[in-house]
Amino acid sequence: MIMKDTDKKRVLREMLFARRFEERCYEAYVERNIGGFLHLYPGEEACAFGVLEAAKPGHDYVITSYRDHVHAIKSGSDPKKVMAELFAKETGVSKGRGGSMHIFDVANRFMGGYALVGGPFPLAAGIAKGIQMQGGDEICICFLGDAANNQGTFHESLNMAKIWNLPVLYVCENNLYGIGTRIDRSTAVIDQYKRVSGYNIPSAQEDGQDFDKVFTAASKAIKHVRGGNGPYFLELMTYRYRGHSMSDSNAYRAKTEERMWSDRDPVIMLRDRLIVSGALTLDEYKEMDTAILDEIEDEVIRYATESSEPPVSEVERFVLADNDPWVKGGVK
Amino acid sequence: MADIMMWEAIMRAHDEEMANDPMVIAMGEDIGVVGGTYKATTGLYDKYGEQRVIDTPISENGYTGLGIGASFLGVRPIIEIMSVNFAWLAMDQIFNTAAKVRYMSGGQLQAPVVIRSPGGTAHQLGSQHSARMEKVFMGIAGLRVVTPSSPRQAYGLLKSAVRCNDPVFINEHELMYNMRGDVPEDEYFHPLEGSEITREGRDVTLFGYNISVHWCLKAAELLSKHHGIEAEVVDLFTLSPLDREGIRNSVSKTHRAVIVEEAEPAVGVGAEVMAVINEECFFELDAAPMRVSALNVPIPYNHAMEKAALPDENNVVEAVRNMFGV
Ligand SMILES: Cc1ncc(C[n+]2csc(CCOP(=O)(O)OP(=O)(O)O)c2C)c(N)n1
Ligand SMILES: [Mg+2]
Repeated sequence: MIMKDTDKKRVLREMLFARRFEERCYEAYVERNIGGFLHLYPGEEACAFGVLEAAKPGHDYVITSYRDHVHAIKSGSDPKKVMAELFAKETGVSKGRGGSMHIFDVANRFMGGYALVGGPFPLAAGIAKGIQMQGGDEICICFLGDAANNQGTFHESLNMAKIWNLPVLYVCENNLYGIGTRIDRSTAVIDQYKRVSGYNIPSAQEDGQDFDKVFTAASKAIKHVRGGNGPYFLELMTYRYRGHSMSDSNAYRAKTEERMWSDRDPVIMLRDRLIVSGALTLDEYKEMDTAILDEIEDEVIRYATESSEPPVSEVERFVLADNDPWVKGGVK
Repeated sequence: MADIMMWEAIMRAHDEEMANDPMVIAMGEDIGVVGGTYKATTGLYDKYGEQRVIDTPISENGYTGLGIGASFLGVRPIIEIMSVNFAWLAMDQIFNTAAKVRYMSGGQLQAPVVIRSPGGTAHQLGSQHSARMEKVFMGIAGLRVVTPSSPRQAYGLLKSAVRCNDPVFINEHELMYNMRGDVPEDEYFHPLEGSEITREGRDVTLFGYNISVHWCLKAAELLSKHHGIEAEVVDLFTLSPLDREGIRNSVSKTHRAVIVEEAEPAVGVGAEVMAVINEECFFELDAAPMRVSALNVPIPYNHAMEKAALPDENNVVEAVRNMFGV
């Protein structure tokens, strides 16, 4: 699949927006407007954007870990409501009950951020089972990290997805670390796509910093899954620029390694490619950036700041279904 | 009324619910071609096919999570975990996902799964096949826990659980699948919340659930015959949320309570019911409530030791006699 430069320009804007959104989250955390754990995505943008650009966001189901803001936004969530969630407001996507690690936007088929490493593997297979039973052409896309593959759920889910031919695409965002443990210290096989061959599932490894390459690899993967051929596993080699979460000083990574990856920044790579092809000028890019920063400040942050918190009196709401008739023995 | 065994009652509930709604599926180890370790899914595979009656790999956390994920899209899985001892492996998905997803999504998602599993201690199955885990499940917000003491309850609770929009854990018992009892011929939905007075009495309330209801009933007969004590037996078929009103009403009438549980005492049903009694009707009490529990040991293989580790009707009689000083 070939993508037009006008579309790539739109994607560049979206990716830059995601970058600035996450950086602003960092500040908001320092300002104490965001609490708890906060896991940011800068450096890995080409993964979510390359894959979801090749998919049908809002139609296909997406599920991921706690590093979930950008996946939700690309699935169609309103950034204002994502930020409001981080600010613990009633107007947040999860009504302030979820927080950074539990972004949910079911109307856009963003099925959630989950905090237990490896938890979404079987949930994604189950969503795919639901799709299969309903007979639609949707697929389920599950984004998880490299270290998650050492959970039993990875193996259990791949096995079930294969034997039941489920329409699920597993995307491994391999950023080489699980918190501070480098992959070669935790994992016997470094190339994650090779681990899947034991389940007879097709897989590929791609440069996760290069939007075009991710888009092409994902298009192929999605064609396979949507075509009724069962699961697929796509490994994307990437890097997170910040610490694992806000409490991580990043001391375990060599500066040379960090520099090597920042030289391959996914946003800058896409920008420069568009400049070389003549579709974009540096000035245009700078204007784009300024407009994004303004939008985040004037709309996103403002909305999150001005929204009110959920009433504490509602703390017991959403534990169980409201007035479920079957609790009383039915509605004969 | 039909006089049938508990496994037949469970099978009938599956069959009716699967016939009623094409999104109802059954999953678990050996539930399809084989028909289930305790026969509770007999015949369903031939009738509904392998898409809806699914023999799973031995991956408890995996297939439980898969069922939960499917339930997000409106599928209604009835998941059988072959033995409650194996449910430990699925705790992550049950507690971290099913019980919490409605809450943490601000009400956007729900996980209407039914997880049924035989708990309890059978005969000489050893430490790793004799767990009683109801106390673990009933302590988690967002999860309903019910436990049948009769084929009628087993049938009606499963039917309501399938239709309810919350995740429901059904604690069955390995020794009770062949127990006979009357089940209505007409379709019947048992309430998921409440308790039942199984025997009326005025002197003391014996609280039981699942198999211990039967020990309570036997003990009540012995107490009546030999000691002139008329015990009321209350069947706590709902362990979460506990029927506070039912507990209060009975204790307010008898003024004495003994809670009978098959599990070790610590952090258990007995402890919880006592707390409810304290909170609801402390000043109605004429005596300190007591609990009859298993010993605090892993279950031994030796049959005499196994028997010694578990309570029965004689322990219940003894507790009541101690309470009355007779
Ligand atoms: C079951 C479980 N164990 C441990 C943790 C703590 N933890 C959170 S993230 C993480 C590392 C995961 O790394 P990876 O899967 O590579 O994803 P990344 O954060 O790199 O995107 C760990 C150990 C957890 N949340 N859940
Ligand atoms: Mg990682």
